Amino acid sequence: MQEKTLMKGNEAIAEAAILAGCRHYFGYPITPQTEVAAYMAKKMPKIGGTFLQAESEIAAINMVYGVASTGKLAMTSSSSPGIALKAEGISYLAGADLPALIVNVQRGGPGLGGIQPSQSDYFLATRGPGHGDFHVLVLAPASVQEMADLTGKAFELAMKYRMPAMLLADGTMGQMMEPVVLPEPKEPNPVPPAWAAVGTEGKRFHNVINSLYLDPLTLERTNFERFERYAAVERDETMWEEFMMEDAEICVVSCGITARVSRNAIVEARKRGIKVGMIRPITLWPFPKKPLLAAAEKVKSFLCVELNMGQMKEDVELAIRCKKPVDLCCRVGGMIPSPDEVLAAIVKANEQGG
Amino acid sequence: MEYQIVIAGFGGQGLLFSGKVLAYAALMEQRELSWLPSYGPEMRGGTANCNVIISDSPVGSPIVQNPNVLMVMNTPSLEKYEKTVVPGGKIFVDSSLVSRKVERTDVEVTYIPATKMAGEMGIPTLANMILLGAIVKSTGCVGDEAVLAGLKKIVSAKHADLLDANLAAMQAGKDFVK
Repeated sequence: MQEKTLMKGNEAIAEAAILAGCRHYFGYPITPQTEVAAYMAKKMPKIGGTFLQAESEIAAINMVYGVASTGKLAMTSSSSPGIALKAEGISYLAGADLPALIVNVQRGGPGLGGIQPSQSDYFLATRGPGHGDFHVLVLAPASVQEMADLTGKAFELAMKYRMPAMLLADGTMGQMMEPVVLPEPKEPNPVPPAWAAVGTEGKRFHNVINSLYLDPLTLERTNFERFERYAAVERDETMWEEFMMEDAEICVVSCGITARVSRNAIVEARKRGIKVGMIRPITLWPFPKKPLLAAAEKVKSFLCVELNMGQMKEDVELAIRCKKPVDLCCRVGGMIPSPDEVLAAIVKANEQGG
Repeated sequence: MEYQIVIAGFGGQGLLFSGKVLAYAALMEQRELSWLPSYGPEMRGGTANCNVIISDSPVGSPIVQNPNVLMVMNTPSLEKYEKTVVPGGKIFVDSSLVSRKVERTDVEVTYIPATKMAGEMGIPTLANMILLGAIVKSTGCVGDEAVLAGLKKIVSAKHADLLDANLAAMQAGKDFVK
């Protein structure tokens, strides 16, 4: 058996990023993700990496752009208000087709909001966090183990598809400790990819990393090409987990911390004879439309459990083409529904019968 | 048996540390566990708490809704959590700091003047560990060897003297509930 260590979710992200080969972290402190930066500050100097506390979130994301241009793994982390500040930089990364990891340990909003857990940046993350027509990969961990695993996965996919990836966690996931098996270390900073701007040594034409195209036809072509890549991502990289769905008549849809709470409620509802299961999206973009549409043929109704006012509910309704009713069970502002609250919503959905 | 534990009191009483000791002990026993702290300004002098779940199967929600073990080190925490304990659950009260008795009659209550005892032992900051010793002894949620191994993971070699102090505090708690 592989050795398990006990870590906070935020620390697991940092360690997993280092193990994935990342040696460049740029950030600015904000609760509830500061442990990511603290861990990097301690460890990066010891392994020849760079930890830099920038003067602002905007500076940090643009430093990520700089390192990413050289084909190296670069990351930043923040929480909701800080992510909003990074939006411009994320759009530039997408426009220049650069891989990077942006960690968002969400807290309640809007505005400065609070510091307790939230999932209210769902739209911000899944609709392309910035101006222009683009997506970022969005991965939603539901355990400390997944905080580590999906960090590695995010880097891998970002590099493969040349696009930014966002790890969308929440305060609970960041602060809690669970046993985690860390991945095998990968080579830091391997041979730069062909597109990287690392100097030509006079041997080839230089690479240009840029997001400015003043000729509309050329800009259109870059958008079309990017969306062809997005189609491949949707086809090949969608991840989700099904729980007790075999005979389910109600399908709970939930990610992150609320999926954990829902799991308890589902087990309890099953004891009462209610046939309920769950589809837990692991990638929020690409969204698991296919399994949801398939479930719509079998279940009577869906129930979204979220820490926002129903942002993912819209994606579920689109995915199932509104074939079945979709209920919402939510708490916001840093509150988290108890298993009893979710159970009550399941019981209600069961009584309505779709 | 799944232990759903809430440890609550003021920030600075070492509540998160107590939870960490349980979590590391459970890790040593290769059991499933989660440790969830309260965070933010409340850590610095306000009310603080931590949720620990120790189980033989994967942990669902890390948030404890109805604890079967509750440790309280101030009156507001007793006010908040007394009603949430499952019938038959165990409550451990620092009776030097909590002014009232537990009102529930369907739970098992242990009153320990932990803060007073810790003061008399010359380890005034380790009342939390006296209560924890009582919990370990009374519930058997984790074994003694695992607690020792867990403590060694958390208390760095630099502070080996603190390890002895922690162990002495836990022993006092164990002896109290004998």
